[in-house]
Amino acid sequence: MNRLPDLSPDKSPLSLVELIYGTPIKEVMSADPVTLDRKASMRRAQELMRDKGITGIPVAEDGRLYGIVSIHDLIRAMQIEKLDTTVEDLMTSKVVTLEEAMPLSMAISYFGKYSYGRFPVMNSQQLLTGIITVRDINVTLINRLMQEVTRYEAMLDNDVKPGLSITRVFHTRRHDFEHGGRASTAIKQHLVEHNLDRRLIKKVAIASYELEMNQVVHSIGGTISFKVTPESVEILVQDRGPGIENVEAALTEGFTTAADWIKSLGFGAGLGLPNAKRVSDEFFIHSQIGVGTTVKAIIYLKSKETER
Amino acid sequence: MTLKELAAQDWIEVVSSEYDDAQIKGVYTSDLLSDVMANAEEDSVLITIQAHNNAIAVASLAGINGIIICNNRPVPDDMPATARKEHIALFRTAHNQFKTSCLMGKLINGA
Repeated sequence: MNRLPDLSPDKSPLSLVELIYGTPIKEVMSADPVTLDRKASMRRAQELMRDKGITGIPVAEDGRLYGIVSIHDLIRAMQIEKLDTTVEDLMTSKVVTLEEAMPLSMAISYFGKYSYGRFPVMNSQQLLTGIITVRDINVTLINRLMQEVTRYEAMLDNDVKPGLSITRVFHTRRHDFEHGGRASTAIKQHLVEHNLDRRLIKKVAIASYELEMNQVVHSIGGTISFKVTPESVEILVQDRGPGIENVEAALTEGFTTAADWIKSLGFGAGLGLPNAKRVSDEFFIHSQIGVGTTVKAIIYLKSKETER
Repeated sequence: MTLKELAAQDWIEVVSSEYDDAQIKGVYTSDLLSDVMANAEEDSVLITIQAHNNAIAVASLAGINGIIICNNRPVPDDMPATARKEHIALFRTAHNQFKTSCLMGKLINGA
């Protein structure tokens, strides 16, 4: 089974810490859970589980919790042929509960500590108000993380400060030739607006376009980010795979793995990476099969100027 | 020779006419976009059969002001609009790349 990562506050990203320590269980649990009276039969428990698609039902009356009937209890009842017995007799009565006001981190750690599939949730008066399952946590985490990531991406995309220095991130998709070059065109435009030397702009344009189109042609998609400072333009491209089998060969002019239809569009002649490397002042490439490829290309804006 | 003067040639069909007129300082003939990117000079005209938006993107990045599509290759509907947006002159001709290159050579060098 997969292990949970160490979620202690000093070892996790701040936004994740805020999320799991700052969200009360009340916002994650399913409220007003289905319950059973003590005198209900195990057969009734079986019907409820089947109809509602759940695997555990708290036994409670007027909010007071007496126990919980899980699918394991039900299987046991079926084995000993006691489906008509009251739930009171076969329920688990030593129930581990959580409280509404506790942070989500507590629920996560309880699921790690105990092998239960659900925990009843109590309010401050010790009355049952909800039930929490791993599914509830998953749904909450995915939703919140989506909001967070969307917020971060928007921040990165809009980080256009006045002046030359900017950081921008663009996304590429596999075989999306239609939008291929969008990132490079935007960055070139930015440099033109700041009256950079045309030869430097062209170097940036070449490196950026080749790396961008490489992602479109070869990868399953990724990001291309630019960090422009008065000293240099740093182009960082990261894709999600499939990775380059032989990086040295890929850096050799004329080496290509592109399909014929891609070649017919004027790409995939094995010039991309060599071109990008040639115009860059610093060039790093790392690739791992099944993981992806990262390329960092840096073009100096200052020192080259003084060399001339 | 300017782009407008080139547009007036009887073997040239103007596909997108919204561009900034400019002197043609060179001509580059290639169907390989990485090659164009790396080797074409700025302010030149590109002779190619690559009739799609990526040719415009490369032209824009490489500082090419005009494109001549050869062999009357069909131009996709979105290409003229992209050319307009980038202020790149888009032309088409029935000639192939060699014939077009020869004609451009004569126009530019007067040979």
